[in-house]
Amino acid sequence: MTFNRPYPAPSACKTSGTALSGWLLACLVTMLALLFAGAAQAQLRVDISGTGAQQYPVAIADFSGDAAGSQIAEVIRADLTRSGQFRLIATTGSTLNVDSTIAFDEWRTRGADFIAYGSVIRLSDGRFEVKYRLGDTVKRGSLDGFTVSGTEKELRRMSHQIADRIYEKITGIKGVFATRIAYVLKQGKTYELQIADADGQNPQVALRSREPIISPAWSPDGARLAYVSFESGKPVVYVHHLTTSKRAPVANYKGNNSAPAWSPDGNTLAVVLTRDGLSQIYTLGANDGSNLRRVTRSPLIDTEPVFAPDGRSLFFTSDRSGSPQIYQTGLDGGEPRRISFNGGYNISPRISPDGKTLLTVTRRDGTYRIASLNLATGAESLLTDGRDDQSPSFAPNGMQVLYAAIQGGRSVLAGVSSDGRVRQTLSVLNGEIREPTWGPFSQ
Amino acid sequence: MSRIAKALTTAALAVSLAACSSVSLDDKAGAGGADGSGILDPFNPQSILAKQRSVYFDFNSYTVSEQYRSLVETHGKYLVSTPQQRVVIEGNTDARGGSEYNLALGQRRAEAVRRMLTLLGVSDTQVETISLGKEKPKALGNTDADYAENRRADFNYKR
Repeated sequence: MTFNRPYPAPSACKTSGTALSGWLLACLVTMLALLFAGAAQAQLRVDISGTGAQQYPVAIADFSGDAAGSQIAEVIRADLTRSGQFRLIATTGSTLNVDSTIAFDEWRTRGADFIAYGSVIRLSDGRFEVKYRLGDTVKRGSLDGFTVSGTEKELRRMSHQIADRIYEKITGIKGVFATRIAYVLKQGKTYELQIADADGQNPQVALRSREPIISPAWSPDGARLAYVSFESGKPVVYVHHLTTSKRAPVANYKGNNSAPAWSPDGNTLAVVLTRDGLSQIYTLGANDGSNLRRVTRSPLIDTEPVFAPDGRSLFFTSDRSGSPQIYQTGLDGGEPRRISFNGGYNISPRISPDGKTLLTVTRRDGTYRIASLNLATGAESLLTDGRDDQSPSFAPNGMQVLYAAIQGGRSVLAGVSSDGRVRQTLSVLNGEIREPTWGPFSQ
Repeated sequence: MSRIAKALTTAALAVSLAACSSVSLDDKAGAGGADGSGILDPFNPQSILAKQRSVYFDFNSYTVSEQYRSLVETHGKYLVSTPQQRVVIEGNTDARGGSEYNLALGQRRAEAVRRMLTLLGVSDTQVETISLGKEKPKALGNTDADYAENRRADFNYKR
């Protein structure tokens, strides 16, 4: 059986049994997966390089009881590998089910500090029940157990949920494997706003258009996307309900309407309008566009607002100093505070979920790279190499950054760990991926 | 009565501005008389208003350079004389940099053209400025010439 669509097992999705130094770019993993999901047909290629500062050695045994079990394990292995925080230990020769007694010493000898295993059974109604266990070979005991059931179509999602539990039990940080991403796929003259799983699989088309779509932004509950569509010949901000596919313009004033950003409570959108001249930041009601209020007043450009996690201030891009830099302002006006000082071009601010780190796109030596700024110390690190890296966004746990990169002359989806150590690209073989943005935790 | 007088005054001002700034406009109008480019009709493909509707900008520049003043003045004169005609000025940028910041920069280019039209006496209600940023490039390559072709504001007349 397969997971509802042809899904060849990723090839060589292991770091093999050799010990890897955490300091070397030693792990090179390549997976090739074919996707067939509705009209969104695309061939994806995932490349990962680098290793995390700390890698937990973990063994993921094939789940027993149904042919789906090995694919569940493959999805979990691929998730953990992409994080860069795990080193997979081979499980060759072992057959474990959810009731197996674990030989902790043997797995410890093999090099695994943790062992995940389980069973999958097909229920009489055709649904699947997946039971999983996580063992700690050092403490010689069980760390976690979990049972989840769903349709054949939901097997990947269930696998991601198990990977999230493993990730959280071992690292203490909530996993993001069961979250979703949004991006714009341009193929020829067609633009598609697509929603996919965090690993790029299972893409669904939310909107197809002959005109550009930019700046998708997830509502905090993950139920809606705000974005800018040029379908009427100019930029207009829409809010799109993903379950019903209902969509409506919320900002359609004279001039441009762009750069939507959600308040943390999901009730307010910050947008950029040019109705009063050049680009300035306003807020309005996310449901109906009511209560339009101007936030910034500068003679030049203020754009790309994002709410601070506490919802009380906005970070934004402004060229009031003569070059584009990042500023922060309260929602009730007041003098904005300049945040970025390195280099002559810093745009696209994105704040980490804990409010401590700011991502920007920075221009250095003619290349555009993703920079990470520690707001407390002002220390900056460049997470990427360029040459044209754009549209960064944090995973909801703050551990990964998604962005758009140029590879082979085309725009692809790329990811980097927040410490810059592990990078990956996910390219579609027949199109350009733009404007990616990582969605919230699933609710 | 006062509105008409004001319109006449601004029209006269526009004509005087156009007249004193450049001679190239008259040359083009004269030379184009036979093939129709002297006709001030943006919907006639032969008209100078249809043929010359793009203002190009230098790298990192958001002001209308001297060589495009007469072009803008021709459009301004037409708009003043045709107060019911509406036009959208569409700003564009080259492909370098972020989508939203480029959208804002394209708007600066469109606004630079609009401000000139306002000085020529064109009513604000006739003009909408929008930006397409880097999203609708006319030239698709990545050479300096392609970039230059895309740093542009276009007059787009609405029927």
